[in-house]
Amino acid sequence: MSTPIDTPEDLLKLPAGETVNLSRRRFLVGTTVGALVLGFGLPVGAPRVQAASTTERGTQVPAFLELRPDGSVRLLSPFMEGGQGVNTAMAQIVGEELDLDPARFLVESAPAGEAYVVMENGLRITGGSMSVRMSYPTMRRLGALARAMLLQAGAQRLGVPVSELTTEPGKVVHAASGRSLGYGELAETAMDLPVPDPASVTLRDPSQFRWIGKPVQRLDAYDKSTGKAIYSIDIKVDGMLHAAVQHAPRLGMSVGGLRNEEQVKAMKGVHSVHQLPGAVAVVAERWFNAKRAVEALQVDWKEAAADSQVRPMPADFSTDGWRDHLAAQTGPSRDEENQGDVAGALASAKTTVEATYHNQYLNHAQLEPPSATARFNPDGSLEVWLPNQAQDMFRDDIAKRTGLDPARITLHSPLLGGFFGRHFLYDSANPYPQAIALAKAVGRPVKLIWSREEEFLRDAMRPMAVVKFRAGLDEKGLPVAIEAVSATEGPTEALAGKQGDKVDPTALEGLSGKAYAIANKRTAQIYVKGPAMLGYWRSVGNSLNDFFYESFLDELADKGGHDPYELRLQLLQGNPRLTTLLQAVGELSGGWKRGPFTAEDGSKRARGVAMASPFGSEAAVIAEVSLEGGQVRVHDIWQAIDPGSIVNPAIIEAQVNSAVSLGLSQVLLEESVWLNGMPRARNYDLYPVLPPSRMARVHVRIVESGAKMGGIGEPPLPAVAPAVANAVAQLTGQRVRSMPLSRHTFS
Amino acid sequence: MELRINQQTYQVEADADTPLLWVIRDDLGLTGTKYGCGLAQCGACSVLVDGNVVRACVTPVAGVVGREVTTIEAIEHDAVGKRVVAAWVEHQVAQCGYCQSGQVMAATALLKHTPKPSTAQIDAAMVNLCRCGTYNAIHAAVQELAEGGKA
Repeated sequence: MSTPIDTPEDLLKLPAGETVNLSRRRFLVGTTVGALVLGFGLPVGAPRVQAASTTERGTQVPAFLELRPDGSVRLLSPFMEGGQGVNTAMAQIVGEELDLDPARFLVESAPAGEAYVVMENGLRITGGSMSVRMSYPTMRRLGALARAMLLQAGAQRLGVPVSELTTEPGKVVHAASGRSLGYGELAETAMDLPVPDPASVTLRDPSQFRWIGKPVQRLDAYDKSTGKAIYSIDIKVDGMLHAAVQHAPRLGMSVGGLRNEEQVKAMKGVHSVHQLPGAVAVVAERWFNAKRAVEALQVDWKEAAADSQVRPMPADFSTDGWRDHLAAQTGPSRDEENQGDVAGALASAKTTVEATYHNQYLNHAQLEPPSATARFNPDGSLEVWLPNQAQDMFRDDIAKRTGLDPARITLHSPLLGGFFGRHFLYDSANPYPQAIALAKAVGRPVKLIWSREEEFLRDAMRPMAVVKFRAGLDEKGLPVAIEAVSATEGPTEALAGKQGDKVDPTALEGLSGKAYAIANKRTAQIYVKGPAMLGYWRSVGNSLNDFFYESFLDELADKGGHDPYELRLQLLQGNPRLTTLLQAVGELSGGWKRGPFTAEDGSKRARGVAMASPFGSEAAVIAEVSLEGGQVRVHDIWQAIDPGSIVNPAIIEAQVNSAVSLGLSQVLLEESVWLNGMPRARNYDLYPVLPPSRMARVHVRIVESGAKMGGIGEPPLPAVAPAVANAVAQLTGQRVRSMPLSRHTFS
Repeated sequence: MELRINQQTYQVEADADTPLLWVIRDDLGLTGTKYGCGLAQCGACSVLVDGNVVRACVTPVAGVVGREVTTIEAIEHDAVGKRVVAAWVEHQVAQCGYCQSGQVMAATALLKHTPKPSTAQIDAAMVNLCRCGTYNAIHAAVQELAEGGKA
């Protein structure tokens, strides 16, 4: 059953098939494992193969590659494609070493299983902007191993020594005789060969790359422009029924009784009515009938029991009340970092600055509502089609819930219609337990779709924090001390449970570990457990904390009489990577100018700057804003991003655009407001996400410093909000200490 | 009732007030048209009815009897739609792709009515939500089509 986990080593030592009980998992801190993964534990694959050591990871070539007679290749990728372009990246990386044009690849998501645990941290998830950077050498080697097998097969078929053979894209070539064989012709022979010693293959010299580092076209562009791409919500299996649910208005409540069950059962198309934990469901021949019927159900909901298995949401909870509660906290706090003598430096500082910041809850609001299709086969095995970012964890969770051996569960992972952190294992926020229960109950396959309203009711929130800053400036107006104390609950500790004195790194990332040379600094958390279900939202802790820190840094610049761009340059002296990056974004924007200034159209504008160091990459952003009818308009975002090295510049530019849009959305207008224990918005009518009219022009410069490869999906997001807030402060003279700006009045 | 969808005639049995979206998806099995909100907020369900863009999630199926419905599955059969798809690929617009069926329909409808729309007309027509933030790529693709570009 449940194994206590204290260190990453414990995670790696877990036997295959071991179930990690999320609710009891120990909390990990101060480790080298990427912060995002801490809440999820090890993907525990079927014991088909022994757990791979570092050198063996990703070497089971036939598990990944199907070489087809026509010379195309089907690659089973360890990762999930949800818009970030990872399928194309995997084709570029494997194709480069296999010697096959990425355009000849069909990429699909691999099933659960140990063979696909390819990340260097011993995990397999699609999150934390980790897919490419954590699997890059392994996936290159996979391509090289497959190429070696094709060469060997070619040698057998042509009856020549393998040393006389080489490859050209898609074929093995014997130059001496002018003969060649296509990969498709060699596939069967090659895949029957033993996989060579991983140490025996050499990888291409990066200077010879044809596809890595190039703006290769996305493999899915056409299918996604013509409605051919298949998402979980599109799955259809023979004989399936459709289901819809109505959740309890507050999490933790349960069904007391149904007042009109007979009438609902008699509604058109209704197959059956079901009571589930915290929900009622209607199964019908068509989804719209199911939805209409379940919404007609009159349910008496009972308050949560004392031993509720989920976080009970109280009837008096509100987001404004929760913000006030967080702001009223005085301790105890626990240090994440404490360098120098903060108290002493503050006491002797020429000037001190204090400010309190806060942020808002957010929904993921991915366009595809969650769904799950469950089918029990005649042999008792179970197949589930569902959106997920971690195949093994979902498969194991299903095993735990159903009591089935993981080997009897097949997980299908269609394309994700957006994710942004939505499709991790969030106990009460996933539809698959309900779909499985309903399929079991009706003895037929069931596809359950959560309506947008049910999705917004059960989605896991991006956390809220109230951060109190104190800083001291010396006689030159330069910061000598900074202290940030955050009253918050991080997503990892919300999901896994608070573990003793340990601080949740996903709560404080973006506040701690800053590169700025400030001699005395302290970052601490006051842990405040709340009733709301929390989750990971694109760029996680950085999404809020970089807004706080980088906005406060501008306050320090103003108080000390320094230009905020120049102050950053000064605080980054001796850091060539970040100095270069900041200068790059300055250059990209045509030279730093803060304003206010009058633009060609006569509008008064100003610019703000901010930086962030999320998920192994570095980012610097400049934003230009004006006011239109009291509303902030963001005209341009310039972003310089340094992920160390890159695979696809075109996809990076698209990801920067994407991250900018979410960054703008959260700073301008987006928030989940709760009243009386319920979210006010249950659809996009009251939950605004950035519309096209409020998108900014986006200018991207990719800087390849050659540092260790970092992430790309999340890193371009965190610096957007503070750059905008700093620009607005400069334009209006009003400091912005909370998001979204739609809550502020500007004149 | 009898429906004309993508130049074919279908006999469907559905309540008159069933949204067209669910008839298309569940009865006809054409899943390229997406459900996003059910409230005509996001536009993922956009289809053409007699050449006009319509949000199928709030359109009662009875309202399209006797009309010609076009879904994303047939968009390349339309000359304008084919150009739009080509531009979408050329500009590598899609990310997750979930909203893109609706975006392509909206662009097709715009260009069918207004072959050379101004920037303001593009902005007024291209209002569907995209959570991945492909707005700039969408705008660039439509702008190029408006200028009669290579796509």
